[in-house]
Amino acid sequence: MKNQQALYYSKYIGLSDYQQSTMHESKLKTEMNMSHSQSTVAKVSINDLNFYYNRCQALKSINMNIWEKKITAFIGPSGCGKSTLLRTFNRMYQLYPSQEAHGEIMMDGINILDKKQDINMLRAKVGMVFQKPTPFPMSIFDNVAFGVKLYETLNRNELEERVEWALQKAALWEEVKDKLNQSGISLSGGQQQRLCIARTIAVKPEVVLLDEPTSALDPISTARIEDLIFTLKEDYTIVIVTHNMQQAARVSDYTAYMYLGELIEFSDTDTIFTKPRQKATEDYITGKFG
Amino acid sequence: MISIYTRRRIVNAINLTFSTLAMVFGLFWLFWILFTLFEKGFGGISMAIFTQMTPAPGSEGGLLNAIAGSLAMVILATLIGTPIGIMAGTYLAEYGQRGWLAPVTRFINDILLSAPSIVIGLFVYTVYVAKIGHFSGWAGALALSLIVIPVVVRTTEDMLRLIPDSLREAAAALGAPQWKIVTLVTWRASKVGMMTGVLLAIARISGETAPLLFTSLNNQFWNADMNQPMANLPVVIFQFAMSPYENWQELAWTGALLITLSVLGLNIVARFFLRKQALLN
Repeated sequence: MKNQQALYYSKYIGLSDYQQSTMHESKLKTEMNMSHSQSTVAKVSINDLNFYYNRCQALKSINMNIWEKKITAFIGPSGCGKSTLLRTFNRMYQLYPSQEAHGEIMMDGINILDKKQDINMLRAKVGMVFQKPTPFPMSIFDNVAFGVKLYETLNRNELEERVEWALQKAALWEEVKDKLNQSGISLSGGQQQRLCIARTIAVKPEVVLLDEPTSALDPISTARIEDLIFTLKEDYTIVIVTHNMQQAARVSDYTAYMYLGELIEFSDTDTIFTKPRQKATEDYITGKFG
Repeated sequence: MISIYTRRRIVNAINLTFSTLAMVFGLFWLFWILFTLFEKGFGGISMAIFTQMTPAPGSEGGLLNAIAGSLAMVILATLIGTPIGIMAGTYLAEYGQRGWLAPVTRFINDILLSAPSIVIGLFVYTVYVAKIGHFSGWAGALALSLIVIPVVVRTTEDMLRLIPDSLREAAAALGAPQWKIVTLVTWRASKVGMMTGVLLAIARISGETAPLLFTSLNNQFWNADMNQPMANLPVVIFQFAMSPYENWQELAWTGALLITLSVLGLNIVARFFLRKQALLN
């Protein structure tokens, strides 16, 4: 039973035979954990969220839970609202006056869409990595230390330890440990993205948002970053938006399928990819459209 | 019966020829001006220019007080105008998305940018010089700073707008307040471009004559007191060139050459840095 299930699953996530033998075990282990841990806590709870770009409604009545210390993926065709939904979690839309959100997003018992919520404190708890790597125009060390210095006072030693820890976690330490003073812009694309991830986790956020983090990268960098995301799950709640269905199937515990601003289906990744309840989901998964 | 392709090639050749002729026409005048300046002014360049004061008609002398006065007023005008310009440009680019203040400021800045400099000179004369009763170096610096400000505002805003929003979002996502995003990330990213704007402003005011005519006027002698009329190169050239004395005319040519060389040099340096900034982006 175990092997048959794994085989069926591997077909959907596009693994080679070799990868199947190594990958499916960790996936199945996660499944077992999930079925045993009934007490999964909802880190973020979205109630009736509506979002508007000027007068155009981009999100329609979204209701969803993001479970703590799990990876949730948003999938769907272009323009369905997955990035928009992601960006409401840290109120990034507030930088632009024509964008508005109505509804409730509860995190740790507080509605983060409330005007009284301190937006910078929220963003210190919720980190975000973008599609295009954006290193700051400063040294690699300063890049990683930037967020840390905003909210914590650490002495020089502690700061250096934190930077090293973050770079180790991002699997970048070995490559840059001798050139921490070089500009962040001098790295390659995959390294820059890992630098951005290191920068985000250096502040030890509670939630990490990833907006198509590997779509601008080559397959090898993509694989390394996916491994990295998998290890981050132990400490952080992760939400990832991805165009690549196979990536969602490889990496995530829960998947949400969205279409034209509506949440069509949300459940654990296995169910979505093997026994989807909605026909629309099945059409998208099997490639009939999108 | 000419084919479409051949017709296109002919039109291309004609347009290319006319464009090249137009360019040559423009360059021709530029090179003639430079050549004349060098021919008339180069002979006068000597150590005396930089060590002696402006002379009486017929006697030997230099341009020291004029150069020093110009330098003093240009530096002071830059020190006054640059912070104001950078702050205003930053406001327009970073904080001005909502409300009416930003579009109105931008509009007025564009008007000031193309205001005739003589109008600015007259303005400072009416508001300051007439009130205190005499010409002074302060008034000259003030008039020049009023020319620096719009240039710096414009270039600062343009350079800041070139920085992609993704960089600001990345800093905002870490919880940085708006002023830290501006100072630690956006300014640092456009440092080179903003400096170029300041260099261009300096190049512009180095050669301005009209504002200084009504504010600092001129001074035959060495003057270190900013509260008195101050000698400066553009007005000296104006005065000497219109005179019938030969040695004064020679000094005027030399002064004109000096100004042209420094403005040319500043422009080349500014363009070098602009290219560096464009590569960084």
